[in-house]
Amino acid sequence: MQEFLQNLLNGVAVGAIYALIALGYTMVYGILKLINFAHGDIFMLGSFTGFYAGGWAAAHLNGRAGTWMSWLVAGAVMLLAMTVCGLFGYLNERIAYRPLRHAPRIASLITAIGVSFFLEYGGQFVFGPDPKFFPTLVKKHLIRVDGIVTTNYQVLVLIVAVIFMAILQFIIYGTKFGRAMRAVSFNFETASLMGVPTDRIISMTFIIGSVLAAVAGILYGLSYPKIDPLMGILPGLKAFIAAVLGGIGNVPGAVVGGLVIGIIESFVGASQFSSFRDAIAFVILIVILLFRPSGLFGKYEPEKV
Amino acid sequence: MARLEHGLECAPVMKRNRFFPLVAALALLLTACPRKNEVGTATAPNTGDILIGEYGSLTGPQATFGQSTHNGIMMAIDAVNAAGGIHGRKIKVLTEDDQSKQEEAANAVTKLISQNNVLAILGEVGSSNSLAAAPICQANKVPMVTPSSTNPKVTTIGDYIFRICFTDNDVGSNMARYVVEQMHVKRAAILTDVKTDYSTGLTATIEKTFTSLGGQIVGRASYSNGDSDFRSQLTAIKQTKPEVIFLPGYYTDVGQIAIQARDLGMTQPFVGGDGWESPKLVEIGGKALEGSIYANHYFYADPTPVVRNFVQSYRDRYGAVPDGMAALAFDAARVLADALKRAKALDGPSVRDAIAQTRDFPGVTGSITIGPDRNAVGKKMVIEEIKNGQLTLKGVIEPRGAAVQAAATR
Repeated sequence: MQEFLQNLLNGVAVGAIYALIALGYTMVYGILKLINFAHGDIFMLGSFTGFYAGGWAAAHLNGRAGTWMSWLVAGAVMLLAMTVCGLFGYLNERIAYRPLRHAPRIASLITAIGVSFFLEYGGQFVFGPDPKFFPTLVKKHLIRVDGIVTTNYQVLVLIVAVIFMAILQFIIYGTKFGRAMRAVSFNFETASLMGVPTDRIISMTFIIGSVLAAVAGILYGLSYPKIDPLMGILPGLKAFIAAVLGGIGNVPGAVVGGLVIGIIESFVGASQFSSFRDAIAFVILIVILLFRPSGLFGKYEPEKV
Repeated sequence: MARLEHGLECAPVMKRNRFFPLVAALALLLTACPRKNEVGTATAPNTGDILIGEYGSLTGPQATFGQSTHNGIMMAIDAVNAAGGIHGRKIKVLTEDDQSKQEEAANAVTKLISQNNVLAILGEVGSSNSLAAAPICQANKVPMVTPSSTNPKVTTIGDYIFRICFTDNDVGSNMARYVVEQMHVKRAAILTDVKTDYSTGLTATIEKTFTSLGGQIVGRASYSNGDSDFRSQLTAIKQTKPEVIFLPGYYTDVGQIAIQARDLGMTQPFVGGDGWESPKLVEIGGKALEGSIYANHYFYADPTPVVRNFVQSYRDRYGAVPDGMAALAFDAARVLADALKRAKALDGPSVRDAIAQTRDFPGVTGSITIGPDRNAVGKKMVIEEIKNGQLTLKGVIEPRGAAVQAAATR
């Protein structure tokens, strides 16, 4: 039982990070029907911003900082990463995708793969290909509850992830901008005829998705302090699977999908099949697509010709 | 991506019928000029520099391995050149980065042999990379000396492949024996990196020796080099309550694994091999590695003059303490230079014969004698412990001989 709960907890902590990344995939897909393959690399940029900013802060504070100060610094580092990634998300859409808005969808898809490679190998050039070690922004300590052991980091990951998901939910369902977003997602052309500034809405969607990726990047860096320019590939792919699993285009679906993938991985990793851990995630994708092509929460809509 | 690159490599082969003459002609034209002063290394030029190739993980996940190795080689070769070189000719080292990747290792060696016509090759640290490159050296009859690849398979590739360190069989059996006999451990778990030949090879020997000495492997789990999350494997291992955890992996993963194990409240020490040897090990793992031990090729604070001199000149030159990879690379380059001096002629077969005849070469990592399997035989091993964030010497295992024979037949 203890082992079961421990694995569940580990799974939820990884799953929350996948969910944050999956939200970006699913939002962009919901609006543009585009799978933004560069999203995992925006996540990587978030981690690297955190690495440099956090490293700088750590060097200047010299451990003089008290607890509240280090939390403040961590918050500032996260804000900076969110800004940088938001900017990259905006530029990505503005430069690479907007000119192709009316081109066949396959052109945007290939462009997305191109942008992804550009960021990965550009990252290797700028940051260097060897792994870096994410600074410890906040002091880590163990929390023991009834035989289950966790750290304040895992708790932090969960709290921050939930806060940002709640904010996103509010934006989508509680603001005028959210209504416009849903309108664009429902029907792009009709929305623009009704006076919805579609280009601005799409830009904002990219920015929000990238900001969430930045949050995921920082949380990932804190939990698994080894980062490198290709680190976005696998979490990006798994988050994509999570988005498809939940029904791509569906926001709560992405969250559930992320948690499910994280938990499954954790249990597979703990079994004797631990070397198949990554394979299992992809097997799940194939099975889901065979039986429920639209995912767990997606509505099946035949392609209108 | 590996698959895509592979596809590209295949393309010219498929088109060979139509374009091969043209490509061949172009290639000849292109290579004719830069080869002016190196022409026909195969027929032994007797003027100019002697070209030696080096391939290594200068970047990528095992970057410190490659960098230390490079430093060690350059220090050795500069010393040889300063002392007059090889019969008055200087040695020039051409270095290629393989980014810690097998396919890049193969590319790097192909380039060194076919474009630069090197006489011999030094490298790699990672056994998987050495195994990718060795068949190419063997096919081209270019002697390859690996400073620190410990997987036994490496030197079985062919008679041009040499190694100047001990093998995983030695590391694995010594580690298992040390844990049983000196630490009185009966229950252990193993966490294997299934992606590297180094780790799987070491796991097999550790298991064999540990169980033959009466120990019990209570938990087994695996991961892939480069993973970030090891919590689920560690949770599974934790339930089996081992006294120590064998961790035959590379330093980048080791640090992360140790941290996550402590996060799960596990207190067992980890036991590893020379893949841990990196200045980054303690930097990454920090307090989580306190009390863990690993087997190594040499100890930097060894008081013997040969080690002291080496450490001092390395410090003067690079401003850092040399790790085991640097020491082995230094020895490998000097063994090769020594063989070049003794070789009857400067061609592949003669150099190979000269390396094979190396006897009692006074190396930093001990006396080096190349045995019939082209491995260095009779080298001692040190056990290092991480204590207060410092590497300390915990024990020395003398060359295996009568004692081991007795243990095996017991």
